Formats: sequence, structure tokens, C-alpha cells
Amino acid sequence: MSEAIKELLYKIADSELVIGHRGSEWTGLGPILEEDIAFSSIAQDQLGHALANYTILNTEFGEATPDALAYTRKETDYKCCQFVELPIGEYDFSLMRHFLFDHSESLRYEMLMSSSFGPLAALAKKIKGELKYHILHADLWIQKLGNGTEESHARMQTALNEAMPYALGIFEPGKYEEELISSGVFAGEKKLQELWLERITNVLDKAHLSMPDISKIEPKFGGRNGFHTEYLQPMLDELSEVYNFEPTATW
Amino acid sequence: MSNTSFDPRIRRANLDRASGFGALHTNEHWEPYAVFHQDKRGEQHVFVGTIHAPDAELALLFAKEQYGRRKKTVSIWVVRSADIFSFNHEDEDMFATVPEKTYREASGYPVRKRINKYLHDLEESKK
Repeated sequence: MSEAIKELLYKIADSELVIGHRGSEWTGLGPILEEDIAFSSIAQDQLGHALANYTILNTEFGEATPDALAYTRKETDYKCCQFVELPIGEYDFSLMRHFLFDHSESLRYEMLMSSSFGPLAALAKKIKGELKYHILHADLWIQKLGNGTEESHARMQTALNEAMPYALGIFEPGKYEEELISSGVFAGEKKLQELWLERITNVLDKAHLSMPDISKIEPKFGGRNGFHTEYLQPMLDELSEVYNFEPTATW
Repeated sequence: MSNTSFDPRIRRANLDRASGFGALHTNEHWEPYAVFHQDKRGEQHVFVGTIHAPDAELALLFAKEQYGRRKKTVSIWVVRSADIFSFNHEDEDMFATVPEKTYREASGYPVRKRINKYLHDLEESKK
């Protein structure tokens, strides 16, 4: 059982660490000051969520310290989906990824609120407010830009089309799905994807963006099993650069 | 001219002045909104500053970041600054009170001290 929960925790933590780092790459470069701050705040929240999950791994399952887990593992040990690894691109893509990924994360924690695994249920309740704000931020921008000018609409639609195969990769099933479901820890990636599709379709409709036909899309799987895009390793190098100068330093 | 900053994020952004980076375009002249911050339910919303935004919804979002991030916040209001009616500063003399009438100024009553003393004595007498 503990292997199943550990894998779930790594999937959540690694994705939040990587998307949090990607989000932080906009710091100082956001399109306007407040948006720059908003994106950075959200990134900071996500790094906090990663830390919380690594801490559970450390205290409940005796895994390494959160810093060691974040900075010293091999690329193939990371269980993040490939979606979060992609470079930030232009703001349209980053916003679309924020929208698609954060809805999945928010729903995941919503499901985990009733998890039979206490520490995850407690965490899910604790960060509910942060997630609510991330969704408010994402939904608002998707609707403003989807309903904005011809150019903003076209750019958001293109971003959506490009992001979708990777977004579907979020829900790559792991080898412990059945175990997690039957033990009441987590209702599974399939269920999560169903709920997610419903939520995002609802917002995309309001934004007058058309949902691509996902039956014709092959999801970008692999990340959850350690197969990553070419973008992850350079990002990990950058992320752990300072840590690796002096791994024993205290801050 | 490309930017050769030490910050990898800046390098990645590939900033190029010649491409018109930093120029203002249509829709970039946003309206100012006045922001009112409430730190506790039941307390008044207090004016804390302004924010530029294209509409009220985004003004709320920006205000949350700008004014709700660093201190305890339970609610925020935004109002289009253009919707606020005000006196002109040149009419300031209307508010002036002649020196003999300072008794009209509420600050003339140092009553808070007396109330506190009364409350304090009340507490003491209960002991």
C-alpha cells in the first residue's frame, strides 16, 4: 500500500515543483506588473505544495529530506507529467497551461479531501483557498482573452490545441490505480480526467474557444513513469544549480 | 541589441528594442480603480491606493495581488476612480474653521482617555 501512496505523492509533488519553477520564470517578465506578481505568487504556492508533499514522503515514509528530493534525484526518478516540463513559451501558452494544469490539480485535491490517507486529506483542506484563487485567476484570463480581440482569441485557441495532447498526459494511469481506488486513497486518474473535462469545457465555452476532439488525440504519456521531454534535464540543472554549489549549506 | 543579462530568465526572453518591445499599443491605456481594503469582517473598507486595469474583474484580481498579499485581508472593493465624486482642492477653505470655533472639531474632545479610564476602573472594581 505504501508504494502506491508514495507514487501518488511523487506524481503530485514533482509536477508542482516543475510547474512552480516554470511559473517563476515569468518573474520580472510578466506582461504587466500585477500579472507578473500574480504568476509569481501562484508559482510560490505551487512550490509550497510540492514541499508539503515531499515533507509527507519524508515524515510518513522515511524518504530523503524535501530539499534532497527536489534537488538531487536523477531525471528518470521524477514522476511529473511532460506537460509541466515544456518551456514557458509566450504568455498565451503559459496561461493556457496554467488553466489546464491547475484545474486538474485543484480537482485532484478536491478528491483527496475525502482520502483515507490522513496527511493528504489534511493538506487538501489546508490549501483549498490557494487553489480557489489559482482557478479564479486562470478562468478570468481565459475568458478575457478568448473573448478579447481576434488576435487574442486566435492565440488562445492555438495554445489550447498545442497544449491538449500534453494536458491529457496529466492523467497517465500508474500501476497502482486499482489499489489507490479500492483503498479509498484516491479515486483515480480516469475519474479525475472525467471531472476535469467537464470543468474546463464549461469555461472554454464561456471563452468561445473550441475544445479539440480529444478522441483523435494521442495523449503524451511517459512522464509519470520517468520518461521525460528534452526540456526537463536542463531545467533541473538550473533549478538545483545553487543547491549543488554547497549541498550541506544551511539557509 | 540582444540582452546579455546574467539572469537566465532575461536571456531566454530575448529582449530586442528594435522589435518595438516596450511600446504602448491600443487597449494598454487602462483606467485607474480605487482600492478599498478590509482586514477584518465588520471593520470598514479603507482606501489603500489605486490600480490600473481594463475592467472591474481584472481590477479585483490585480488589487488582490497588490494590496491583499502582504497583510491580513478578508475582502477588497474596487471602484472606478472616475466614479468617485469629489470637492476641488481650491475649495478647501470651506472646511476651515475660524480659530475660536475649534470646539467644533471632534478631536477637541479627549474623551477616549476618559472612557478607557472608566473601563479600566470598572474592571478593577470587579476584581
